[in-house]
Amino acid sequence: MKELEELFLPDDVQYTETHEWARDDSGSVTVGITDYAQDQLGDIVFVELPEVGDIFEEGEEFGTLESVKAVSEICMPVSGEITAINELLEEAPELVNQEPYNNGWIIKVKPDNPDEINNLMTSEEYVEMLKGEE
Amino acid sequence: MKELQGASGLILNEPLLWEKGKKGRCGFSMPRRDVVPSPVDEGLAGDGPDFPDLSEVDVVRHYTRLSQWNFGVDAGMYPLGSCTMKYNPKVNEREASLPGFAGAHPLLPPELSQGALELMYRLEQYLAGITGMDAVTLQPAAGAHGELTGMLLIRAYHKNRGSHRSKIIVPDTAHGTNPASAALCGFHPVAVKSGEDGIIPAEAIAAIMDEDTAGIMITNPNTLGLFEENIREIGEIVHSKGGLVYGDGANMNAVMGIVQMGKIGFDVMHLNLHKTFSTPHGGGGPGSGPVCVKDILKPFLPVPRIIKEGDKYTLSGDFPESIGKLQAFYGNFGVMIKACSYIMSMGSEGLKRASQLAVLNANYIKENLKDSLYLPYDRPCMHECVFSDKFQEGEKITTLDMAKCLMDYGFHPPTIYFPLVVHGAMMIEPTETESKEDIDHFIAALKAIVAEAGKDPDLLKRAPTRPKLRRLDETAAARKPCLAG
Amino acid sequence: MRYLPHTEEDISSMLHAVDAEDMDDLFSMIPGNCKMKGNLSLPEALTEWELNTLMDGLSKKIAVSPEYKIFMGAGSYNHYIPESVSYLLGRSEFSTAYTPYQPEISQGTLQAMYEYQTLVTRLLGMEVANASMYDGASALAEAILMAARVTKRKKVALSELIHPYYRDVVRTYLEPGDYEIVEMPSLGNGRTDISGVAGMDDLAAVVIQSPNFFGCIEDLRSTGEIAHNSGALFVLSFTEPLAYGLFKNPGCQGADIVCGEGQSLGIPQSFGGPGLGMFACHMKNVRDMPGRLVGKTTDMDGRPGFVLTLATREQHIRREKAKSNICTNNSLCALASSMYMASVGGTGIRELACLNYDKAEYLKRGLREAGFRISFDSPTFNEFVVEFGEDFKDTYKKLLKQRIVVGISLADWYPELSGRYLLCVTETMDREDMDALIKEVRS
Repeated sequence: MKELEELFLPDDVQYTETHEWARDDSGSVTVGITDYAQDQLGDIVFVELPEVGDIFEEGEEFGTLESVKAVSEICMPVSGEITAINELLEEAPELVNQEPYNNGWIIKVKPDNPDEINNLMTSEEYVEMLKGEE
Repeated sequence: MKELQGASGLILNEPLLWEKGKKGRCGFSMPRRDVVPSPVDEGLAGDGPDFPDLSEVDVVRHYTRLSQWNFGVDAGMYPLGSCTMKYNPKVNEREASLPGFAGAHPLLPPELSQGALELMYRLEQYLAGITGMDAVTLQPAAGAHGELTGMLLIRAYHKNRGSHRSKIIVPDTAHGTNPASAALCGFHPVAVKSGEDGIIPAEAIAAIMDEDTAGIMITNPNTLGLFEENIREIGEIVHSKGGLVYGDGANMNAVMGIVQMGKIGFDVMHLNLHKTFSTPHGGGGPGSGPVCVKDILKPFLPVPRIIKEGDKYTLSGDFPESIGKLQAFYGNFGVMIKACSYIMSMGSEGLKRASQLAVLNANYIKENLKDSLYLPYDRPCMHECVFSDKFQEGEKITTLDMAKCLMDYGFHPPTIYFPLVVHGAMMIEPTETESKEDIDHFIAALKAIVAEAGKDPDLLKRAPTRPKLRRLDETAAARKPCLAG
Repeated sequence: MRYLPHTEEDISSMLHAVDAEDMDDLFSMIPGNCKMKGNLSLPEALTEWELNTLMDGLSKKIAVSPEYKIFMGAGSYNHYIPESVSYLLGRSEFSTAYTPYQPEISQGTLQAMYEYQTLVTRLLGMEVANASMYDGASALAEAILMAARVTKRKKVALSELIHPYYRDVVRTYLEPGDYEIVEMPSLGNGRTDISGVAGMDDLAAVVIQSPNFFGCIEDLRSTGEIAHNSGALFVLSFTEPLAYGLFKNPGCQGADIVCGEGQSLGIPQSFGGPGLGMFACHMKNVRDMPGRLVGKTTDMDGRPGFVLTLATREQHIRREKAKSNICTNNSLCALASSMYMASVGGTGIRELACLNYDKAEYLKRGLREAGFRISFDSPTFNEFVVEFGEDFKDTYKKLLKQRIVVGISLADWYPELSGRYLLCVTETMDREDMDALIKEVRS
């Protein structure tokens, strides 16, 4: 497991308490899991993805990540409609481990409310939260 | 410590079945053809399966070699917590393979199957006596199947009283199958946390038990190897709100002849004949999971039931409130024969002695290892004790590393990472059939491993080195599943 | 007691080590009102020799072949089992091991399970098979639950020619959920009338058995088409897998889930259990499949080996969201069937299945020539229905006394078929036995 200072927690995304990140790309929100989450889960072997067009509330489970011996739910950082899923993950789930913020993204969402993303944590706030969990 | 039990002998490689053999061989003595061939509808006939053709020698060598890559109870101590890997008596195998038993057709008329029915009836009586419950069904095939049966019985009980309850309480120290079994019956499992002493506080149950809760599933002794001391009070709370208590009896090996399950508030419980009653696990099964009930649940038991009239036995399906059938026939009869043989060989005193020694062995291990391994609940245990890898965190040595290293010392590892309430759990259940010498060796091995973790942690990370294979890549297996050749 | 190794000396030194006065001390945490008073009410312990005598006696109070000629099938079949299979299965390295959670020291079980999975896929024409379920009936119930998960639907069409006990088990499993069961009746030729479900809405599965309870081979291809046209899965059940040594396998005829009883393949009848629940499907549905799976991988040194895999479907990880609650399965029975399939072989299983078919046809012909009507004219395997008439009961009882069991009366399960009997013949029945039966029923 990585120590807190070894984690990569970029500033250009927002964070949830359930360890997802969300990035606002001019109206479309890209979602993935944080470096902390992928490190805790270990080698991810399967990603269960929603279908494009599915609609979820903020905080609702939209998919699961599986490691060899654990299943972890992934939750919506904001309410909205799924506009894209990362199909690369079907063949290469390890991308979530290797590049959690780039090619390891999971879904893209059209948010119901473009401002909702601002309710999420900044990287500093997320680090503070992780310190509390230790 | 004397010489290590773990050693490398001559291990032969062996290809997959279909990489052997030659077309035209056969390892089966084909019965004489005493009738003429009959035409087969051409549209229906197929090509037959693509099986390899092997001689009898090919088959015998193949499986003999494979068997030599396995570790079983007959090879050595197998202290797998929660699994009760006790010695499997050989005479039981003889009885189960008697031609009359092995060759019995399940639909024989009762007058032609009295021996089978009598054996099942006797076993029901014995299990009722051992648990102090009122009636027994032998039909469930395994522990989880028994849980499903028990949940269906509870559901039928409530339904019969015109109530539909949606929830069931499952403590965090219950067996892993419990929530899945409850969910199959449409119940929503409600988790409850055990207290700091590892047992369930009665107040925690009082706080959540309500009239929409069908009951509680409780494992006693629990998966921390501790006796649920508040069990009677918990039972009263659940009963007062109209709920029922399900007892997971997987850990019955700790309390035979000591605790009367019928008196501690259980309305229904299952037993694992493949744990407590010595039948072999067979590399994963078959087991047998009889369910014992109090009178209030008797009308709902699966059919058919065995009825004794005078000295004759029959099967009756005439129980209109029954939950129905769980298997096509009457359960795993072959397993029942072995369990019945065991009970008859042990008798009342033998069974009680077995439980006493199982508990003595576990406490002896706990006392001898608690300075080397972290013991999260330092109190007298029942038939198993749970340690963790907390003392080894500094060396970054995990429970997994220590478990793998035990193989090199000639032991099967304990259950690891269960129960979930203990981080990095190592759950050790020696059973009563391990002698003091073997247990002393096991203790010495774990102490040596702990010492090694301090000196040369890399050695543990590389373990095991003596079995046929070293650690396997489970990630690759799951990412690109290859499930057939 | 010979299974308990402790001497009095061991006990006292161990009690001392745990700081206990005596055995009772170990149980001091158990409240008094939970304790058992007095001894368990069990008979006095038997010696090994007494036990043998008692069990010999009980086992002789059961009618078995070859003393009895038993023309009974209906989900449990008498087939020859090579001694080599029984012998190998008795190796305690296999039988006394637990579920192979520690792969380094369980490669024997794991490779054998991988081979079993493979042989089952080849027999049934499917892509993936699990490492076993309890029996054919519970496997069918689980298959239907799986079909409901995959299709997210709750209506199931069930042929009335599926073994009545299997349908009972299905009802038990489905009762708690709000499933709907639609029964498909039989046609006059002994096959299922599937026409009623064509185009039916919201169907999760169309389920038939082949060979069915009357021994008749069903029309799999049409059933598959009807199921698929409704967006349902085609679930096929069986009780006699040897039939697939001769007939087309279900996979090549459109089945989505194939499940059934494998007892015929080297497992003793043992009064109905333990048997072997076989379960197979296609890879696209593997994550909805119940039960344990073994997969191929490599070890740290790159050598090939096997592990339990895709365990996230199972109860110990996914808990209440698991695909099934099954944990202990019937692994050793699966091993027996693998040993049996390997012993009989590809060429052998064809020959053996033909022999079974021909023997049953011989008896069918003989009975027909003796003046009895064979109820259904569809092709059958091993089993078929004969009309002996309403007044046959006395003859049936008389023949029991002559140690002949003339099949099973269908009246209890199908009241409209009273006077009809389901007869079974396998390779274990000699021509003389069949000739004797024909002679007796004719008189």
